[in-house]
Amino acid sequence: MRGLLVLRDQVRLAPKPFGLAVGGSVLYAITTVASSAVLGWVVDNVVAPRFTEGRVASGTVIAGILAILAVGVCKSVGIVMRRLGAMTAQAQVQAVLRGRVIDKYLDLPLSFHRARPTGELLAHADGDAEAATGVLAPLPWATGILVLLVVTGGWLVATDPFLGVIGLVLLPSVLLVNVAFERRLEVPANQAQERYGDLSAVAYESIDGALVVKTLGAEGRESDRFAAKAESLREAKVELGSQQALLFQLLDALPTAGILLLLVVGAWRVDRGIITPGTLIAFVNLLRLVTWPLHMVGWVLGSLPRTVAGNDRVQGVLRQPVPPASELRLVAPPSGVGLDVRDLHFSYGAGAAVLDGVSFCIPQGCTAALVGATGAGKSTLMQILGGLLDPASGTVSAPTPVALAFQEPFVFADSAFTNISLGTDLTEADVARAARIAQADEFLDRLPRRYDSVIGERGATLSGGQRQRLALARALVRRPQLLLLDDATSSVDPSTEADILRGLSSELAATTTLIVASRPSTIALAELVLFLDGGRIAASGTHAELLVTSPGYARLVQAYEQDRVA
Amino acid sequence: MGSDDGTWRVLKRGWETSPAIRQGAVLTALLALVGAAGQAAIPVLIQQMLDRGLVDGRMQGGMLAVLAVIGFGVVVTTAVAGVMTRRRLIRRGEEALAALRVDAFRHIHRLSIATQSEDRRGALVARVTTDVEQLSQFLSWGGVAWLVNTSIIIIVVIVMVVYDARLAFVAIAVVLPMVAVLKAVQHRIAARYDAVRSRLADLLTAVSETVMGASVIRAYGAQPVMRRRAQSTTEALRVSQVRAAQMSAFLFPTGELFSVLTVAAVLGVGLFLGPASGLSAGELVAFVFLVNLFLQPVAEFTDIIDQTQLAVAGWRRVLDVLATPIDLVEPEPGVLLPHEPPQVTVDHVSFRYGSGPMVLDDVTAVLPAGARIALVGATGSGKTTLAKLLARLADPTDGRVLVGDHDVRDVASPSLRSTVVMVPQEGFLFDATIGANVRFGKPGASDAEIHAAFADLGLDDWLAGLAHGLDTPAGERGDSLSVGERQLVSLARAYLADPYCLILDEATSAVDPATEVRLAEAVESLSRGRTTIAIAHRLSTAERADLVLVMEHGRLVEQGRHADLVEAGGPYAKLHERWVSGTASLA
Ligand SMILES: Nc1ncnc2c1ncn2[C@@H]1O[C@H](COP(=O)(O)OP(=O)(O)OP(=O)(O)O)[C@@H](O)[C@H]1O
Ligand SMILES: Nc1ncnc2c1ncn2[C@@H]1O[C@H](COP(=O)(O)OP(=O)(O)OP(=O)(O)O)[C@@H](O)[C@H]1O
Ligand SMILES: [Mg+2]
Ligand SMILES: [Mg+2]
Repeated sequence: MRGLLVLRDQVRLAPKPFGLAVGGSVLYAITTVASSAVLGWVVDNVVAPRFTEGRVASGTVIAGILAILAVGVCKSVGIVMRRLGAMTAQAQVQAVLRGRVIDKYLDLPLSFHRARPTGELLAHADGDAEAATGVLAPLPWATGILVLLVVTGGWLVATDPFLGVIGLVLLPSVLLVNVAFERRLEVPANQAQERYGDLSAVAYESIDGALVVKTLGAEGRESDRFAAKAESLREAKVELGSQQALLFQLLDALPTAGILLLLVVGAWRVDRGIITPGTLIAFVNLLRLVTWPLHMVGWVLGSLPRTVAGNDRVQGVLRQPVPPASELRLVAPPSGVGLDVRDLHFSYGAGAAVLDGVSFCIPQGCTAALVGATGAGKSTLMQILGGLLDPASGTVSAPTPVALAFQEPFVFADSAFTNISLGTDLTEADVARAARIAQADEFLDRLPRRYDSVIGERGATLSGGQRQRLALARALVRRPQLLLLDDATSSVDPSTEADILRGLSSELAATTTLIVASRPSTIALAELVLFLDGGRIAASGTHAELLVTSPGYARLVQAYEQDRVA
Repeated sequence: MGSDDGTWRVLKRGWETSPAIRQGAVLTALLALVGAAGQAAIPVLIQQMLDRGLVDGRMQGGMLAVLAVIGFGVVVTTAVAGVMTRRRLIRRGEEALAALRVDAFRHIHRLSIATQSEDRRGALVARVTTDVEQLSQFLSWGGVAWLVNTSIIIIVVIVMVVYDARLAFVAIAVVLPMVAVLKAVQHRIAARYDAVRSRLADLLTAVSETVMGASVIRAYGAQPVMRRRAQSTTEALRVSQVRAAQMSAFLFPTGELFSVLTVAAVLGVGLFLGPASGLSAGELVAFVFLVNLFLQPVAEFTDIIDQTQLAVAGWRRVLDVLATPIDLVEPEPGVLLPHEPPQVTVDHVSFRYGSGPMVLDDVTAVLPAGARIALVGATGSGKTTLAKLLARLADPTDGRVLVGDHDVRDVASPSLRSTVVMVPQEGFLFDATIGANVRFGKPGASDAEIHAAFADLGLDDWLAGLAHGLDTPAGERGDSLSVGERQLVSLARAYLADPYCLILDEATSAVDPATEVRLAEAVESLSRGRTTIAIAHRLSTAERADLVLVMEHGRLVEQGRHADLVEAGGPYAKLHERWVSGTASLA
């Protein structure tokens, strides 16, 4: 029943092509019956006289042949309408579903994405959207076939109750066998699908981590792991395949046996003079034509659960509520204040608190450094400030726009220009200027098509430092009021880094900047240092002050010097 | 790579690549013929009945019973043969596909890092997943249809010829133009389906970037661009699907049209010939059924050919992967490296990625056995690339790399991989627990060994601070750990592998200074008896190295001990000056 509701909603998305397909199917059904009737008429009125009496009027012959041709042409038109309509409708509905899913992905907050594996999210827009529309295309055909069934049954019963009974038993039983088998196939089919998912996950991860696999000489082990998945998938598929073999053969043999029965009983009826040989031939032909498409009805009924499941997964995404935009930005800072943070608390899921009451304030135009040990929560804090994570409690006030350069740069498989501008209306000059401050112009200018060069998936063709500088340019091009740099120059050599920082302070003088840094050279540039420890700002002040007041801070940042002295 | 191979070439290559499909193929084909014979049962029975009196409306009960029994016997026998055919085909086919998948996967892992360059990784994954999957789906439907339909056509033609060679000739003569039409349209349909596939790939790229770049998109409000991109790709996909549908919709009824033409022609000729020519009414009516039986599989081929094209295109891509030359040729027999720290020699090495510019240009250096070497230089100067060549993740375009006395190309890869281990710049972790990730470095290692590895590196405190210890999940690509924590785990993983030569490519770049220095000290005390090559922008590593190599624009511009280089006042002195002023100005 839910299946019907799903289909109703889908039909509403493409009513015209769907209507065309239904029309075509009905035309097909009518012409199928007509073609059998014409054949029966030809047997009785043309073939029989010619072979028993030796002659037949040529007008009758021509009429018979023309009728066969005319019905054939109409049937073809029906087929074209049905196929064109059905496939167009399916494409249309798929496009709508895919578009909606992607739109929703863009609307939903980051936490939604973080909570789900990438593969699953991809599947919703790909395989699930396809499965959800799986029944839409064959549905019109199934409708036409139902018409066909009713007409066939009616004709048989009306002509001869004996034959009618055979037809009325045969047709539904073919349908029942079909549905029963489709249901039975569901278990092995789902199992195969599941194992295919497992195999894909292994392939994806192993090839994604190919570098690590290779450096540790684990190619053999990984191949064995994959081979085991491939083997269990093979087993599931062979199981599914042998069940299907039985089903298909049964669906082939059952109608043949039924028609045989019809033929034998029919011959007896002809002998009794109840029907003509032509009528018998017409019935045989019609049953032959009907049983084959019956598979389609069985298939539709059988795949309904799969369609409903696919649709449920898609709707699961579409029904996700979009939370109102984070309230963080609603608080505008008092004038002269660049960033004001009050009592932030945050934890990942049910884990321990990562931020446990973070409060600080940075004057406008000031450059501050955020310092903390590995795993102290610096990136977490930066993402909250950038509006990507919602804190459990606390407030942030900052002027817009805010730009965040991530610790790990993400590069789109697109041109350098698009990677920097990300689609905002920016001129070449703006982009070039940002690239210059980020020291990215040096290598971008050397690319074959300069800013129009396409950079590979995940920036594969760039060195680590080049990727970071590209991502930095992306942050700078927006002329942000608040610039958040999360260790954004860790792979850049010290001398280039110094050039970048110098450029920042001269070109973006009015911007409030918060830099996650561990290199003393970077910290040196900061007018204010915030030391994050134990989920709070454990100390703040200038670098020199902190060295005195905070032994933990001193231990952390003076490690290199002490090491050099030692 | 014959990527523009025609369908037949691909089929031939596939046939040669997969021994499993060749096994028992003849028996399967014979069974298929037996199975197909069942199809002829009804027309033959009709002919027998009509010619034994039914055409005049008479039928003897005894005769009817005999015919019925024979008919049912044939149906049952052929059905059994049919089931066997299908099962054999699926079994063999799936065996071949599983082997193909695994072979392609192994092949991918054997390619060098340059060939396997990351921008093709998504495509490589698709080769062993979706492409083979499509072949498998094709096998269970289209592959079976090819075999069964061909058998039916053969059987039906035989029956037709036995009945009346002249009518059989008429039937085939009318069908031939249909085959010509189908053949003519076939490649155009294929082109449209190719377009559908590329549009689908575009769409998947758009979706995957929407998902994987979720943080960036939100941080920069890039939703509108991504939305536009998604709209245009879904729309392009829809248009391509409709275009493919149009062509196949108009092609599909070709079978139906030709079928009525043939029936009309056969009837016309049969009526013209009449009983005088030896033709009977039963035979003529049987012919009408035979013509349909004959044409239905022929017409189905229009649909099957679509699917075949798709499957063949996928098959071609998989075979192309298998045909990609392995640029890291495994030596036969490979040399085994001795169990001692090796001296590593870089001998006039040059390297370029594909056809790009030279990234390394005639680099020569000797890295003494057991020494601690630092590799420094500006970003993009080629440090990572050189490190990859040392670990033989790719082979030099020119020159050679020696480990011990052997060219790395002559060393058996298990021996090389256990001797030389590199910790890459990005700390990639598998979506498993921290323990499982570290164990990846030494399969079978006990929890105690893993704890010991962390302890040796001075990371036991950090590990103890995790609520779930070794059972803490790392998340996809290590996402649930901080960037620095990921590097700690990667380091422990390499350390557990216990190689004689360890290459660290900015392996601690995201780790805080105190931890980094602690790690450096640990690695140093543990690296006695190990050749260590460390790439780092934090020059604290270089200060304590036995040998410093300085790279600039792909060339090795300086090498020597830290103190000597500082004195020499060259590029290194400048880099170091920058570093020291950065770190010391604060004191
Ligand atoms: N997605 C996540 N799920 C669960 N825990 C997380 C997640 N991301 C980070 N954490 C944990 O939260 C803590 C803080 O992580 P965060 O990335 O903010 O550290 P960080 O200070 O930026 O460290 P680093 O200097 O290494 O970058 C870490 O202990 C980390 O393991
Ligand atoms: N897969 C690749 N395909 C093409 N070019 C590449 C590829 N990987 C790196 N390059 C180019 O080769 C050059 C050297 O890169 P490499 O990664 O060796 O530099 P690096 O010295 O390690 O720099 P960093 O300090 O930034 O990591 C760079 O110009 C880079 O753009
Ligand atoms: Mg971080
Ligand atoms: Mg590098």
